[in-house]
Amino acid sequence: MYWIALKMLVGDRAKFLGIVLGLTFAAALIMQQGSIFCGLMLRTCAQISDITGADLWVMDPSVRFVDDIKPMLESNLQRVRGVSGVKWAVPLYKGNARAKLTFTPAELKEKTYLPQDLERERQAMAGPVSNPFTKVLDMLKPGIDYPVAPPARWYDSRIQNVIEQVILIGVDDTSMVGAPPRGSLVGLAPHGRMLVGDPDDLRRPDSIIVDRVGLAKLFPDCHLDEPFAKQESDQEYIERLRKFVSAAPEIEMNDHRAIIVGVCEATRTFQSNPVVYTLYSRAKQFIPMERKMLSFILARTGEEEDGQKIPAEVVAQRIQEQTGLGARTSEKFMYRTIKYYLIYTGIPINFGITVFLGFLVGTAIAGQTFYNFTIENLKQFGALKAMGASNLRIVAMILLQAAVAGVLGYGIGVGLSTLFGWKAATGWQGQPTELAFFTPWQLLPTAAVAIILICVLASLLSVQRVIRLEPAIVFRS
Amino acid sequence: MSQSHPAVLTRTESDPGGVAVRIRKLTKHFGAGDQRVQALAGINLDIYAGQMSLIVGPSGCGKTTLLSVIAGILDADEGEVSIFGSAITRMSDRMKTRFRAKNIGFVFQQYNLLPALTAAENAAIPLVIAGWSKVPAVRRASEVLTSIGMGKKVKSLPSQLSGGQMQRVAIARALTHDPKLLVCDEPTAALDHETGLTVMELLRESAVKPDRAVVIVTHDNRVFQFGDRIAHMDDGVCVQVEDQNAGAAA
Repeated sequence: MYWIALKMLVGDRAKFLGIVLGLTFAAALIMQQGSIFCGLMLRTCAQISDITGADLWVMDPSVRFVDDIKPMLESNLQRVRGVSGVKWAVPLYKGNARAKLTFTPAELKEKTYLPQDLERERQAMAGPVSNPFTKVLDMLKPGIDYPVAPPARWYDSRIQNVIEQVILIGVDDTSMVGAPPRGSLVGLAPHGRMLVGDPDDLRRPDSIIVDRVGLAKLFPDCHLDEPFAKQESDQEYIERLRKFVSAAPEIEMNDHRAIIVGVCEATRTFQSNPVVYTLYSRAKQFIPMERKMLSFILARTGEEEDGQKIPAEVVAQRIQEQTGLGARTSEKFMYRTIKYYLIYTGIPINFGITVFLGFLVGTAIAGQTFYNFTIENLKQFGALKAMGASNLRIVAMILLQAAVAGVLGYGIGVGLSTLFGWKAATGWQGQPTELAFFTPWQLLPTAAVAIILICVLASLLSVQRVIRLEPAIVFRS
Repeated sequence: MSQSHPAVLTRTESDPGGVAVRIRKLTKHFGAGDQRVQALAGINLDIYAGQMSLIVGPSGCGKTTLLSVIAGILDADEGEVSIFGSAITRMSDRMKTRFRAKNIGFVFQQYNLLPALTAAENAAIPLVIAGWSKVPAVRRASEVLTSIGMGKKVKSLPSQLSGGQMQRVAIARALTHDPKLLVCDEPTAALDHETGLTVMELLRESAVKPDRAVVIVTHDNRVFQFGDRIAHMDDGVCVQVEDQNAGAAA
């Protein structure tokens, strides 16, 4: 009987496509919006996940999330080091600074700019950068001028000294804990790592390390964020970055000279500001002097005398009790940060509404089409009942049809969402996007449950209609 | 020819296979109050195996209701119908469903073929309902289709067939599981005269067997010639039974 059910389902192609499309829409929307939400949440704690080596974060007790900086006295560092179970503790500065950009030197352009992009760039600069949304805004509010796109500096030397807000991270001068670890891959891995240069290069005078995407923002005319658009291999791209760094590009950090000595991959932050790494001591020079400068203390738990590893939670508890500071494991601090955004911003509500709408629309499309499909086949189901097919078998046929449509819709929806995420990461029309997109495995069963629910709802109406169907209907012309 | 009310066909020498369907005091009404319609008002009728019995009468006389009750797809209010000794009116819904699957073949006015299935697959449905797997069921259905001259159309979809061909597939579907009772509701109503005659000839040749009864509801008097017995109905009662072979029986 089941092959008959499947043939009935795919036999009416228009309805079959309608059902699958409805389910695909719901699955894709749930997955895509869920992934963007998770990606955004991941960005909120990017700075925590990017720092490896330390397993404890110590902070002012009133700190609610990683960007909620409440500076501490540096003497707290010694107090934390004195807590039993702390193997080592180092300072970390985290704050905002202003990077002033000067006109990009010609030698940098020569090293990094690809000639074939010149014409495209000129065309882009010929007129204001508009999109369908800005055109609607133009109709509603005419006369508002367009903000000039940063690459205009390439052509218009009058536009100089642009100031960019950056996230400044000051890492321990001695151990370099907090700096991105050495690495060589370009890609989507969440943890920060060096692409060009070495963390030890920070020991050179005025040196800073900038994250890859931030660097591209600071030097937009050098097209440093477009390895995919330029069809470069990772190695070619890194070689271009290396050439760029070898020219010792300079920026001004709060009016202090800073030389870029390395490029790292950093997890994008919530605000997408460039991330600049330097030594703790140099970070203090970059920013206006205050009495309290220590943002966080990074600590590592040690072993007991018998060599037993002490759980980080235990040490965190000891630090809190003995110093009065806040101390959390990296994981707990990440989730605390995420919780802050979940509670104090409207982000979950906005995404929740979109996901719910996706569920609702998916149910409406799939349910309506599936019901219509059943109604149109009512005489056929009646004939089957007359010929001796039991209600149970016919209900099983309908459920099988719903399940097959559900599996297809789910598969295509998840596939589309994955494709979307991949394209968002690698670039639309040659431009990598700023989209936050992360699909945790938990999202897959969540979407599956939603699709199952839609299928059940969609088939319920059909099932009760068929169960109540009198087989005598077949004798009515 | 004689007329009686209620009409009971008694076995004569022209009855080759004995009583297949015994109907006694069968009543059925639809609706309630002012809307109440008496569809069957105490029908008594015997239908014999090895014969083609026609139930005829004007529209609304209750012949399709009678056929539905005989086939076990509609419950009667009172009275009894037994098919080859099994009282179908006393069976539970589940038993009736099983009984239909095993013993009754259906031919509908509008064919009711599944549009997504080929002719052979459509004809195989009763076997699949009976628990056969697809391949042997389709093979058996193809043989039946071939035996009624549809061998070249076994892989055709209903949309690729004419009305007559579709009704032939429907007849094959009704016969493929070798039922004891074949019920046909206006099998020629959707067909032109010539095709209708061909379909009736096919039913006569293929369906009528000594151990099977064929009941056809029709109002097409051009096909009366094919019936061994003709039960005339009017206003929910059987007003006359004609025995085409041995004259009317009371």
